[in-house]
Parts: sequence; structure tokens; C-alpha cells
Amino acid sequence: MNDTMKLLASAPLTAKFGIVVVLAYIIVAIFAPVIAPYGETEIVAFEYEPWSSEYLLGTDNLGRDMLSRLIYGARNTVGIAFVTAMLAFLLGGVLGLLAATLGGWTDQLLSRAVDVLMAIPQLIFALLILTIVGTSVPAVILVIAVLDSTRVFRLARAVAMNIVVQDFVEVAKLRGEGLWWIIRHELLPNAMPPLVAEFGLRFCFVFLTISALSFLGLGIQPPTADWGSMVRDNATLITFGDITPLLPAAAIALLTIAVNFIVDWFLQKASGLKE
Amino acid sequence: MTETAQNDVLLEMRGLRIEGRAGDVWNEIVHGVDVTLRRGEVLGLIGESGAGKSTIGLAAMGFARDGCRISGGTITFDGIDLRQASEDTRRALRGSRIAYVAQSAAAGFNPAHKLIDQFTETPEQHGIKSRGDSRQDAIELYRRLQLPDPDTIGFRYPHQVSGGQLQRAMTAMAMSCKPDLIIFDEPTTALDVTTQIEVLAAIRDVVEQFNTAAIYVTHDLAVVAQMTDRIMVLRYGNLVEENNTRSMVAAPAEDYTRALLAVRSFRTEEAVRPGDETPILSVENVTAAYGAVPVLKNVSFDIYKKRTVAVVGESGSGKSTTARVITGLLPPKQGRVLFKGEPFPASYKDRSKDQLRRTQMIYQMPDTALNPKQRIRDVIGRPAGFYLGLSGKQRDERVRELLSLIEMEPDQYIDRLPTELSGGQKQRICIARALAAEPELIICDEVTSALDQLVAEEILKLLQRLQDELELSYMFITHDIGTVRAISDEVVVMLQGEVVEHGSRSEMFTPPHHEYTDLLLSSVPEMDPDWLTNLLAARKAAGKAIGGAGN
Repeated sequence: MNDTMKLLASAPLTAKFGIVVVLAYIIVAIFAPVIAPYGETEIVAFEYEPWSSEYLLGTDNLGRDMLSRLIYGARNTVGIAFVTAMLAFLLGGVLGLLAATLGGWTDQLLSRAVDVLMAIPQLIFALLILTIVGTSVPAVILVIAVLDSTRVFRLARAVAMNIVVQDFVEVAKLRGEGLWWIIRHELLPNAMPPLVAEFGLRFCFVFLTISALSFLGLGIQPPTADWGSMVRDNATLITFGDITPLLPAAAIALLTIAVNFIVDWFLQKASGLKE
Repeated sequence: MTETAQNDVLLEMRGLRIEGRAGDVWNEIVHGVDVTLRRGEVLGLIGESGAGKSTIGLAAMGFARDGCRISGGTITFDGIDLRQASEDTRRALRGSRIAYVAQSAAAGFNPAHKLIDQFTETPEQHGIKSRGDSRQDAIELYRRLQLPDPDTIGFRYPHQVSGGQLQRAMTAMAMSCKPDLIIFDEPTTALDVTTQIEVLAAIRDVVEQFNTAAIYVTHDLAVVAQMTDRIMVLRYGNLVEENNTRSMVAAPAEDYTRALLAVRSFRTEEAVRPGDETPILSVENVTAAYGAVPVLKNVSFDIYKKRTVAVVGESGSGKSTTARVITGLLPPKQGRVLFKGEPFPASYKDRSKDQLRRTQMIYQMPDTALNPKQRIRDVIGRPAGFYLGLSGKQRDERVRELLSLIEMEPDQYIDRLPTELSGGQKQRICIARALAAEPELIICDEVTSALDQLVAEEILKLLQRLQDELELSYMFITHDIGTVRAISDEVVVMLQGEVVEHGSRSEMFTPPHHEYTDLLLSSVPEMDPDWLTNLLAARKAAGKAIGGAGN
């Protein structure tokens, strides 16, 4: 525990800022019902009320409290993005390590399948599939996870390729160790730093994809509060010089920047790069 | 050389101090060393790794590597104070008046440009010569360095010439501006002994012809004895001893120098070859290939209990491939491997756990042979658990036992990571890991070639002791004749995938031998400063071409 504190203390200012922001988002997401003054889908007033002491950020196109929806949005958007990124990593990471270790036709098959998926623009592909299977939260998570796992696969495979040729992997093979043991004990610990760094970036991309899909109406469905659709629903307000619809976008931007700061710091630590 | 040398001083370093950065702390790695070099003089810097010899060599150009800084002393090159001089002045000197030849010529050349274009770059850059003129120079130098086809070899790319040729091309490049001083940083360490000879002879001639001063950095005293007028022995950034070459080799003053000079031999008698006993391992008529490229042709030999078989040859001779066939990493096209008379499945995947246990392997580079993320406890404990089913306390007990066996304090090392150990200690851990499987045969693939001489000797002694205590058999792959002499009972000489000579150690070292064995044996540098001169004269007289490096 002491070591962790020391490590945090040694972090550059940007990383500290990133950590504080991410922690704040997590707290807001977990305690949303406690923090939010009104319910997520509760209609509390007329549409497009201006900022006031009662409704701090005014109300939206259906008369729901903006601030409350912003707070609940953290829960939905960040939560779903996190689950999606995890899933993408599980899928892409495991397959990538497997392809690198086994080589041969397994590698060929997986790599070419990934090439096919990557050849189609991600957003258009996601739109296409979601139109076919319908837009439910599990469908959104699954589609984005599969599409993003291709990038993770590439990275995991490339990193693992450099590890499998090392003598210590040969030692394990010659000892008669099984495939999973080699992946878990010899490959994974050495592939972890770049993968964790990638997780930070990937999380941001997933997050942006979900928001983009929601903005287009194919992501998280109403009445669930979500930052992407909140921008879309209230976009008209911008024409009146009201910045309220930009706030969910700002929330997205802030989190993206914060996560990237942490990732930068982590990359520096892992690779020993100088600033 | 000394007669022609003018007595004026070319380079003088006084009280040189260099610091290296470890995290946020600067540690002094060179503690006030004085170096004086006269024009045309060749100075040898020798010592084990970490002695600061390369760092001092680079400092002669007023340069410090990343993470290092020159913190004290003066460096004067031909009247110019290199520490006070501006970066521009220093840059103008480098390449034109001071040149550097790195250990790995392959890494020193840009693979995307022809040799001759890389040669002409420096003279052009410094505005000394036009491209056309320096091309003429290049061809002349290639000729003097005895490169084959000097008129056309420069128009090849680095990957199209052999390692020894590349090292000579690198030397030619360093000579391109006729510098006053060349720094050679272990130029032959990565080469085979037979190739090393050509490079040494070429460097010596050309340095003599142009009356160039040189600093020759190496860990090999026998090499330095051939090349230099004067030797400085360094250790931990301090000067141990300095003398002219002949006096030093004849009568070293310090214990440390004597240890470096000592001829390695601690195995006096060969183990008796058992008469009718079944060998532990038999390689029978093995022919193997990587895809369509044949590497082994009809290789056969036996390894008996408690005996060490050394497999010798230069790189590309198929030594390591033989090991890969034995371990089952490369199934042979023909032939088979027998263990105690029973055939081993060709691929390691088809071998039983017990079959795998019986042969263990120790690698050349302990750095890559150990997983940097595993603690010593797990590195050694895993085979003990995997093969012998030990777990928990028993396993820990066994790990401690093995650590004591390899002369490392269990409490101090059991929870360390490989990165927290020195090279020699890492290699010991690799030995312990092999022993944990309780094998009968250990294949040692160049286990000492990445280590300093004194450390390597300790490892060889340890292996010898373990063999006596645990009745092990070794297959010892090496290109170093000194190692063969030190530990082998039997020797297998390989050339281009074939066994050219096979016999006991005493047979191998007493003539007559196969022509290639002869070449190999005679190419090992000896301490005698006249050795290279005599050898070249003898070979010339015998009308033999020098070395055997192909294109």
C-alpha cells in the first residue's frame, strides 16, 4: 500500500490530474442516485428551462433535469464503455496471444479474419450490423467489442511475437508445459505493460464510438440517459447561444483527456522513455 | 611500429572521471584515469565488462554515451581541449581526425545503402574530398584490407558480404579521412576465430601503413598482445596496470592481470571411456534441414555417462542445429536420436514428460533464457514441481538446496527477479533450473561466450564439479578452443553441417588432424606477441589462403 502511495506521489502533474478526474467519474457513476437531484427519466418541468437555482443546468427537450441526466449518463456511458473495452480485450488479447504462440494456420486464419473485419470502416460496419440485429444494450456492447477486439488482436499478437522467440519460452515448451500455462506464465506478464496502455486508449475509442452511435440514434436507446444522445436531443439549443448541449460533449472530452494522461504516464514507466 | 612513431603526444587524458546515471543518481564509473597516446602508437585497453574500457575509448572523442557524462579531468587531442571545445568543433573532428570502429559492423552499417556510399559520406560531409576521389580511396583501402574483389565489393549492400568482410569494410570506412586516431571497440569479438585472424591482420597492416594511432578496446588479452604497443589493464573504472605489451605479457605485475593471463585448464585427465556400456545419448546418421536448406548431413556421435562431449565449429557449422534435433525442436529428415538405446520421438511434442526431463538445456544468453517477470523461486521451482510433483514447503526446500549447490545464498536470492542479478549469476540460475529436473544429459549451448573470462571460468568449474557430484553427461557446444581444452573428454569438430573429426581430447590436440581442425586450432590467438606475425608467415609459406570466410 505504501508503495502505491509512493508511486502516485511520483506521478507527474498531468497523471495526477487524470487520476483525480477518473476517480471523480467513477464516484459519480456509482453514487448517481444519491448525487442526482432528480430521477433519470423524471419529467420535472417544462422543456428547455434555463439554468436556475432549482434546475442547475436547466431542463432538456422533454423537461427532464439536465444535471441529473448528466450524472446518470456517467453511469451508463462510462459503464457500458468499460464493459465493452474489457470484452474487446478479453477476446482480442486471448486470440492474439494464441495466434502468436501457435503460429501456422491458426495464426493465418485468425489474422486474415481480422484483416477482413478491419477492411470495413468501423462505424459504418457497426451501423450496418446494429440496423440488422436491432439496438439493444447487449447488441451494442457485443458489436463494438468485436470490432475493437481486432485492434487489440493486432497489438497482442505483435507483442507476443517478440516474446515467443525468446529462449525462456523455448525452455517452457521443452519442459512440456501446456499452451495455457505458457500463455499465462511466460507471455502475459511480459505483454501486460503495452496491453494495459492500449486499454486506456481503447477505452476512449469505445467511449467515442458509443457516443457517436447514440448521437446517430443507434446506440443507447431513450429514455436511458447517455451523453451522446443528450447532445443530439438538445442540439437545437446551440442555435440560441445556449451551451448546455455541449456539456455532455465536454464530459466526454474531459474523460478522454484524463485517461490519456494516465496512459501516457504508464507508457513512460513501462518503456522507460524519457519525457 | 615504435621506431617510426614520432614522440609527440597526440592524445592526452588526465584524471578522467565519467559518471553514469542510475535512476536519479549519478555514479562515478571511471575514477580518474590517465591516458597518453603518441602519434602512430597502438594502445590496448583491456578488462572485463563494466571496467569502463569502452567508456574511456569513447571519451577519447570527447563523447559520452546516453546516460553518461564526463565529470572531471582534461581531454586534449592534438592541442585541442575537447571538453572545452564547442560541439561543432568536436563534430568536425569526429570522422575526419578521430574515427570509431564498433563491435558489431552489422549494426554500424545502414542496411539500405551500399558500402561505398557509406564510405564516401564522411569525406564529403567534412568537405575533404569529392565523391569520385574518395571512391578511389575506398577501392585502394579495400585492396589493402585484402577484401575480395576490391573494385566491386563496395557496390554491394551490407547484407551481401560476410561478417568478417563487413568488419574490414567498417575499418576502411574509419580510415576514409586518414584520421590521426582510430578507436577500435572489440572489433573481432563477434567473429569466429578463423575470421578473426583476417580482420586482425588487416587492421594491423593498415594502421601500420598509415602510421595511425589507435586505441584497441577488448577483453581478450591474447588479441591485444598481437595488436598493440602498450597495454592498460582496467578494472571497475581504475587502472590496474600499464606497461608495454611485451613486458606485460612476459611479466605481469598485478594478480588481476595474472588471472586474466592464466591459461584455463582444470581438467587434467579424461574420464575413461566405458567399453561396452550403452551411451546415454546416440545421434545416429542425422540429416536435417530448415525447409529446403540442408543444415546437417549424416551426423553421428555418442555421449557416455559422466563424460563431456564438446561440439566445435564456427558459426553456421550446424552445432546448435544438432542440439535442436536432440531436444526435438527440429525433427530430422533422416536418422534418429537414441537415449540409453531406446529411440526418442523425433518431435518434442511426442515425447513423454519423463523423456523431456532427462535432457535439459542451458543457453548462451542467460538474459533471454530467463523470464524477466518470474522470481528465482518460481524459475527453479517450476521444473521441480512439474516433473517431480514437489509443492509448497518441499518445493521451496528443493529450490534452496539447488541454490546452495550452485553456490548462491538461498535467503539472499530466492525472491529476486532475474534483472537483479549479474550475468554470471543468471547463468548459474539457468544451471539450477536445468538441475531441478534431475536430468542425465545437459546440453550447454555456448554457455560461457556471453560472459567475462573470469566469470566464465567460475561457471566451467561449477559445471565440472556438478558433473562429478551428480554423474551428469554434457554436450558442450562452443566455438572457443580454450573451453574445449578446459573441460572436454571428447571432441566433435563440425564444418558446414558435417562432422569432420571426432575423437578424444588428447587425439584432437595432437597432430595429425583434419585440415579444418588444424586451421581452427592454429587460429586461436596465443599470448605470444609474435604469434600473429609467425602464423601469417607460416601460412604464407605453406601457401594456404588465410581464413575460410565465404561470400
